[in-house]
Amino acid sequence: MSILVLAEHHDGALAGATAHVVAAAQQIGGDIDVLVAGENVAAIAEAAAKLDGVSKVRVADNAAYAHLLAEPTAALLAELAGDYSHVLAAASTTGKNVLPRVAALKDVAQISEIIAVESPDTFKRPIYAGNAIATVQSEDALKVITVRSTGFDAVAEGGSAAIEAVDFVADNAQSTFLKEELAQSDRPELGAAKVVISGGRGMGNGENFKLLDGIADKLGAAIGASRAAVDAGFVPNDMQVGQTGKIVAPELYIAVGISGAIQHLAGMKDSKVIVAINKDEEAPIFQVADYGLVADLFQALPELEQRL
Amino acid sequence: MKVFVAVKRVIDYNVKIRVKPDHSDVDLTSVKMAMNPFCEIAVEEAVRLKEKGVATEIVAVTIGPKAAQEQLRTALALGADRAIHVETDERVESLGAAKALAKLVEEEQPGLVILGKQAIDTDNNQTGQMLAALTGLPQGTFASAVDVDGEKVQVTREVDGGLQTVELTLPAIVTTDLRLNEPRYAKLPDIMKAKKKPLDVKTPADLGVSVGSRVKLVKVEPPAERQGGVKVGSVDELVDKLKNEAKVIS
Repeated sequence: MSILVLAEHHDGALAGATAHVVAAAQQIGGDIDVLVAGENVAAIAEAAAKLDGVSKVRVADNAAYAHLLAEPTAALLAELAGDYSHVLAAASTTGKNVLPRVAALKDVAQISEIIAVESPDTFKRPIYAGNAIATVQSEDALKVITVRSTGFDAVAEGGSAAIEAVDFVADNAQSTFLKEELAQSDRPELGAAKVVISGGRGMGNGENFKLLDGIADKLGAAIGASRAAVDAGFVPNDMQVGQTGKIVAPELYIAVGISGAIQHLAGMKDSKVIVAINKDEEAPIFQVADYGLVADLFQALPELEQRL
Repeated sequence: MKVFVAVKRVIDYNVKIRVKPDHSDVDLTSVKMAMNPFCEIAVEEAVRLKEKGVATEIVAVTIGPKAAQEQLRTALALGADRAIHVETDERVESLGAAKALAKLVEEEQPGLVILGKQAIDTDNNQTGQMLAALTGLPQGTFASAVDVDGEKVQVTREVDGGLQTVELTLPAIVTTDLRLNEPRYAKLPDIMKAKKKPLDVKTPADLGVSVGSRVKLVKVEPPAERQGGVKVGSVDELVDKLKNEAKVIS
């Protein structure tokens, strides 16, 4: 078996998710190649070559792959897929955009967001917003799979894989990148943070999210939000933790003013330790919290910041 | 411009699901079914395009059992002009659905196809992208804004970390994210009128495609239950537990 992993990268750096996808590839077994596609990606390729378990890094460095638009990136992967039994990518918005297109170009099914590898053709994945776990078996010769990063521990860095260029350049007259508006933050990325503190509708308004800042600073935490808080317009969408937002599994998750709707729980219930602060002691969030504090968050948060 | 909108019949999003005792699947007997929420957003976007004079005709399409015609009638009540039902009792996954849709796109040549980004049953998030591949069309997935401008469409996409805007040549495939719009409710007179709108029934064989899945569902289990822990009485006690018991802060 041989596996091709599409590297995830942002702002000229290899994204942490890639090391988790390589870990999933190791569980499948076989040679693991990483494809780094993009424009000016030499440094990213070198970072990928250091990941344990990687045999070879293939680099498609061309303006055609800037921003990893689906049309050229899928064409590139479909071109290379013939050499492999499995094509893997993170279940990020990039992976989810590109991989189904690759699968259809190769006339095979795609398996989304696996959380465990049972065998080279059998995987576990959440369905119904994580309310059931399906075990699925692919009958296709080529398996095209997206990997939920929180399901696999990242591989370490200590390797020195060979790096080789890929010459194939995809034609694309159909789609053009216009612009990107990314949230600017000095805090860790939600998906990679060891501590996450999230606010819900109980925060009352966007201004009150500042109450989380001091605590996040002290804990080195990322700040998230429930869908209710996003829909109420308190904070932008990219802060959303849940089935329809980011899936996180930090060491410590602190849910503040969050009732614990199923859709939110699906995004954080694999966290190691969960703390809930809510004034409603009947809130479902307490059923999954390791430590629950029934309190008014407007009193508890300043006190917590002071005690830390 | 003709707009296609694909809809899927799924379990109502408010229903708590149960896994069958034999772990063969989720139990859907006598469970309330509804249109997939992301598909409702797709229908709404198509209707708004028609209200703006961009779309001239809206065709709602579904692939599934006979009962899925209920969801087509809902789409018709919301403003679709006609509907196509590709009827099958097979377990259809994304590739099969995309193949049937691709045939219909080839026959009908819509300028835009709008689909939900994912269905809340299988959570696959694949059909739109696969349809784009099979038809050779560009794709704008996870859309939070769609602006048709002559021969092109600008799609603002919800990506990790923020928003990305791409421009696609038409025809194109768009999949909807949550914040694209807030779907309206169907009004009673429109529900009555929808019963008289045309609804064509075809089979996968009529389209010359096979919609069966090549992914075998081996088993379905309930997720591991997380045990609730303890209630703490104060912030001090909480900080103490986190430091000394859970050891997650120092």
